[in-house]
Amino acid sequence: MEELVKRKIKEIHRGNKNAFGDIVEFYKDKVFQICFRMVGNRSEAEDIAQETFIRAYINIGNYNMDKKFSTWLYRIATNLCIDRLRKKKADYSLDAEVTGTEGLTMYSQIPSADPLPEDAVAFMELQDFLQRELLALPEKYRTAIILKYMEELSLNEISEILDLPVGTVKTHIHRGREALRKRLRHL
Amino acid sequence: MRQCPDYLYEYMQEFLDGDIPAEHDRVLKEHLRTCKDCRDYFYELKRTEMFIKSLANVHAPDGFTDEVLNRLPKAAKKARLRHWFSHHPFLTAAAIFLLLMSGSTFSAWTDNHEDFSVTKQPDLIIKNDTAIVPEGKTINGDIVVRNGSIRIEGKVDGDVTVINGEKYIASAGEVTGDIQEINQLFEWIWFDIKNKVSQWIKIFDGKSEEEKDFQ
Repeated sequence: MEELVKRKIKEIHRGNKNAFGDIVEFYKDKVFQICFRMVGNRSEAEDIAQETFIRAYINIGNYNMDKKFSTWLYRIATNLCIDRLRKKKADYSLDAEVTGTEGLTMYSQIPSADPLPEDAVAFMELQDFLQRELLALPEKYRTAIILKYMEELSLNEISEILDLPVGTVKTHIHRGREALRKRLRHL
Repeated sequence: MRQCPDYLYEYMQEFLDGDIPAEHDRVLKEHLRTCKDCRDYFYELKRTEMFIKSLANVHAPDGFTDEVLNRLPKAAKKARLRHWFSHHPFLTAAAIFLLLMSGSTFSAWTDNHEDFSVTKQPDLIIKNDTAIVPEGKTINGDIVVRNGSIRIEGKVDGDVTVINGEKYIASAGEVTGDIQEINQLFEWIWFDIKNKVSQWIKIFDGKSEEEKDFQ
């Protein structure tokens, strides 16, 4: 996979835009997932995910071929998410509401005229609930938890993406896990 | 809630991280066999992991890739150029040099574009925008005509160059050197560069000849 990606990047260096389209196809779900779970809002996540790829393209000359491409890409994505969250916090500091979940979660996007099986509704309600719990975590714990459990990355990779020592990443995951345990234990 | 020693909870975290040392693993497992509170606690942590993993089902919206590619072009050119420049410093320098040189050449071409001019030679007749070498006369030396034409009825003992004009040579006309017509900007640039280069060569040769004289 990484070899294929590096071949594509060489093609991009030669000006082949289609090769970049392939890269976007490879990584779009993963990058979108990071963004969506970080900010909790689909349209905003889409915006940030697109921005991630555009920045990657513009700065492809700065990517070091000796490193894993996904690490570099996820780093752009998480940085953009954190920037966006900080900006939002500054903009809406007076609203105490949980930000990011307004009317745009998966459950509320399904047209109401189209009744769903009970199980599916229950599943989506659970997903919405879990997403809200995730959003309630401090950003640094949330980021580490998303990279570990949704992207299934190793502690070393997470440490590279977040530019933090492995020990700090572990602490963030432990605290995030513990905070979620307390909130989810009665489910 | 947490009634057992702290290290046991740390061992649980180590277990979940997947890097628990064998000794800690043994101690933890032995403890879990006997302590129901810790078993419950550990079970809650495992369930939390499972819940969070269940969120890993997100897909990018339809048309995502196209949308990204549509937003690229402007950035694309810049990126490619920047990349090219940084990887070809020598060629970049050469390109800038050529660009600057052709810049002055271009302005030389446009500056001279309007005015008719011709090399001054005795016996050369000027009529409107045409220089005429009269029948029976011989002009010793090169003639350059800009933005006009030349009619050669006599003889030119040298080169004739016509820039942005035409040459007519009568049957009795004769040119002993080269005849060149330059109408295109590109040819003009080439001509200008050739001249500059030959000037440099002349200067260089002149110097080396002077050096020889000193010896």
